[in-house]
Amino acid sequence: MPIEFPTLNFIALTPALTVIVTAFLVMFVELFVTDKRILGYLGLLGLAIAALFTISLFGVSPVPAFQNMIMSDGYSLVLDLIFIVTASLSILISLTYLGDRGLQRGEYYALILFSTGGMMLMGAATDLIVIFLALEIMSIALYILAAFNRQKMGSGEAGMKYFVLGAFASAFFLYGVALVYGASGSTNLNAIGSWFNSNQASLSDPIALVGLGLLLVGFAFKVAAVPFQWWTPDVYHGAPTSVTAFMSVGAKAAGFAALIRLLMVSFGNEVFILDWQIAIQALAVITMTGGNIAALAQKDIKRMLAYSSIAHAGYILVGVAPGTIDGVQAVLFYLMAYAFMNIGAFAVVAVLERRVAIGSRIGAYAGLATRKPLLAFAMLLFMVSLTGIPPFVGFWGKLYVFRAAVEANLSWLAVAGVINSAVSAFYYLGVVVQMYFRSAATEEEGQGIAPINLGGPVTVTLAIAAIVTIILGIWPTPLIDLASLAGFG
Amino acid sequence: MTLSVLILIPIIGAIIVAVLPSERKDAIKWAAFITALVALAVSIPLYFGFDSSQTGYQFEEIRPWIPSFNIGYHVGIDGLSLFLVLLTTFLTAIAVLSSWTAITDSLKEYMAIMLLMEAAMLGVFVSLDLFLFYLFWEASLIPMALLIGRWGGERRIYAAVKFILYTMAGSALMLVAALVAYAWGGTSDLPELVANLNLPVNLQILLFFAFGLAFAVKVPLFPFHTWLPAAHVEAPTAGSIILAGVLLKMGAYGFMRFAIPLFPAAVPFWTPLLVTLAVIGILYGALVALAQEDAKSLIAYSSVAHMGFIVLGIFSGGQQGMSGAVLQMVNHGLSTGMLFFMIGILYEQRHTRLFKEYGGIWIKVPVFGSFFLIAVFSSVGLPGLNGFVGEFVILLGTFKVNWVAAVFGTFGIVLAAWYLLTAVRRLMFGAFNPANDYLKDMNPREIAIALSLVVFFFVIGLFPNLFFDKINPATAELTESINISTLVAGQ
Repeated sequence: MPIEFPTLNFIALTPALTVIVTAFLVMFVELFVTDKRILGYLGLLGLAIAALFTISLFGVSPVPAFQNMIMSDGYSLVLDLIFIVTASLSILISLTYLGDRGLQRGEYYALILFSTGGMMLMGAATDLIVIFLALEIMSIALYILAAFNRQKMGSGEAGMKYFVLGAFASAFFLYGVALVYGASGSTNLNAIGSWFNSNQASLSDPIALVGLGLLLVGFAFKVAAVPFQWWTPDVYHGAPTSVTAFMSVGAKAAGFAALIRLLMVSFGNEVFILDWQIAIQALAVITMTGGNIAALAQKDIKRMLAYSSIAHAGYILVGVAPGTIDGVQAVLFYLMAYAFMNIGAFAVVAVLERRVAIGSRIGAYAGLATRKPLLAFAMLLFMVSLTGIPPFVGFWGKLYVFRAAVEANLSWLAVAGVINSAVSAFYYLGVVVQMYFRSAATEEEGQGIAPINLGGPVTVTLAIAAIVTIILGIWPTPLIDLASLAGFG
Repeated sequence: MTLSVLILIPIIGAIIVAVLPSERKDAIKWAAFITALVALAVSIPLYFGFDSSQTGYQFEEIRPWIPSFNIGYHVGIDGLSLFLVLLTTFLTAIAVLSSWTAITDSLKEYMAIMLLMEAAMLGVFVSLDLFLFYLFWEASLIPMALLIGRWGGERRIYAAVKFILYTMAGSALMLVAALVAYAWGGTSDLPELVANLNLPVNLQILLFFAFGLAFAVKVPLFPFHTWLPAAHVEAPTAGSIILAGVLLKMGAYGFMRFAIPLFPAAVPFWTPLLVTLAVIGILYGALVALAQEDAKSLIAYSSVAHMGFIVLGIFSGGQQGMSGAVLQMVNHGLSTGMLFFMIGILYEQRHTRLFKEYGGIWIKVPVFGSFFLIAVFSSVGLPGLNGFVGEFVILLGTFKVNWVAAVFGTFGIVLAAWYLLTAVRRLMFGAFNPANDYLKDMNPREIAIALSLVVFFFVIGLFPNLFFDKINPATAELTESINISTLVAGQ
């Protein structure tokens, strides 16, 4: 008697699988190589192959897989590209950064790849259980990465804090899953959605609403939305800068990836949209305002970027609030733009942090424009782009999400967004003021900056990030066209 | 194509300057100056090719930019923008030339920024798409802030940060307003929106406010002017020339190109407030200018007063006032640019701009003195020179509609003569201050710059119709659009 296998459709999972297989490969090869940098390049190769699979899948998507627990559709594929970009740029930073600090160890690259695999699964998951598994695959790797610089107190603290609060968030999430399952009888996102659509009475079911609320809290932790952001500054500050670059973009994008699919597919009912729209709007405004105000007071660039990443979560929530496919595509555009400019900014921080005399104090950036004109210019680009000033890609990200808000009659969110952008100019340009308008205050700082050797892989990150920030700033159409491929299968 | 080429030339020039080695200072200067001259040369045919018998836009170019959003690359000029484009290319060449010896630190970056600035300003004046305009509008911020903050005076950081925060905060709401107009009209193409957009009056009033705020900060209209004196005093000479000569015009131009034609029904609502603020600005700017001890600060406040005239003209409610305002933008750019340039010559030698440090220098520097006097005469509106034509036409236009504002405005002219001639007296005449013993008169380069400006003082002053002929069709159309919408609203 032939045994019937369920159709698994592994093809839908090829991008994530490639990344995870590469991770195992990295761990295996690690045994035989002494120069651990090879493992980083191996990781890059794996990511490149994953990118090829992703691109080729655009032609055949949507492909459901694993009994509808996974879905490879336009939405997940665009996200895959975002994660691949994030991981690749971060690995390039790490190759230089880790070497300088004697942290060049093979498991680092394996962890980045596992985490990336988890992120990709979060984008593709169409089942609450799979979302949870993916969340943990991503997060556990990140906890270790945050604490990777064991010798440094701050790094261990970062890992611990991230772990405890991450576990806390997972608990909220699981409780939400249980309640939603109780209300709808399924953990499959589509099944939940059709249950609510066909049972009008369940739309006001308090269990479903509380469940949705708890899921939102869980995701709000992951994307660092106010008031669930407390872990962010300490973790971003303490973790190795290359890790901070990776998680500030990747983990945020992954959190939004699963959140948006959940909201759009399971709770996309018009009645539900009205419910969660209010929550998301409130979250968006307090997140961007809170993040920006806290960032104003920072003296350390990593903490400043941490708070500013909170503010960016707020801008992204502006794109989530409308509950339209246009808003979703705007969010994806924003995340891709954010990947380039934010990782670019962290790359500059990583380069300068190599000198003990500089560290990550903003004040130590004084006079950089005279000593390292190109590095300062790159930082200028990223700061201006993060502020949302054209002609750089960050402007189009903001324009796109605000446009989605205005077209959904949420103009007030766009107003809150632009006012916040103006506020953010103050601290982003504070870095520019240091680099361009001041000269190095002490001889020690001057000495510290002088011997910086650019060069090596981190330069590649800087160059790619800067060029993309400019080119997509002048001609954003390719990325807009890419984002417009995103749809739910 | 001409307009796109015009925007591209300074960008290419900036790239060339940026790749030159920093030690080759002469090569950098010449590369920047030649770029500015090429841009000027390309812009001059715009004047001769401009057909004044025709309304609407000329030298138009439309290309898809972000097709899925219906946002296009649409550029073109009409009577409102023609002379501002020419003013930009002309003053940039002068600004580059005026920095020949004044700037020694980071010359390469300076020249590259100057040229990028030119590209952004040209973009502002030729854009006919809301988002293209916004892109250039914001893009002009960073270069100017860098010019002030990097090469400015003692309090340059304060001035640069204030400049950028004021203007950014001012234009934040404009983006939302543009998005709202775009959401209603389905396109961001200006001519299409002007033709088809029919917003409820209340919404027009709101959106006009959002656009108007950005423009009022840039002009700057009282009480949003406080960034201007700080920026002017701290900016290097060339920065001041560009700031006063071109950048402030972007605000006034924005009212005429975007705020009024897009939301004509809001004009009657906002006119009383704007006219009042303009008049306050004229008198306040003049009175504060009287009390200044720093020559640059005096000219900065005089700019507040002069820009008040321009806003008064725009909202005078008639075509005459508007045409006068357009011409006065050019006049103010030329005469204030020249005043800043002249003060820069003194500052380069003495490193001070305080009146008490000068006095009686006419005998030492007669050529300088003569040119300075001409610039002052142009600025106070002496008949026969350019300033007279602009101010007279604005006041004439205003008088017909709102004689009270015109009377106050006239009072402003009297005050302008007072503070500017006082400045001349304190600098040039009176007891000779021996500290100026080594003051050198203008060199041939400086004389060439001054002469090129003075020529235009006379050309505009004596043959204003060379300019009005091209300006009038555009302002006629604009006035008409206000009148029609007022009629419709009144019914």
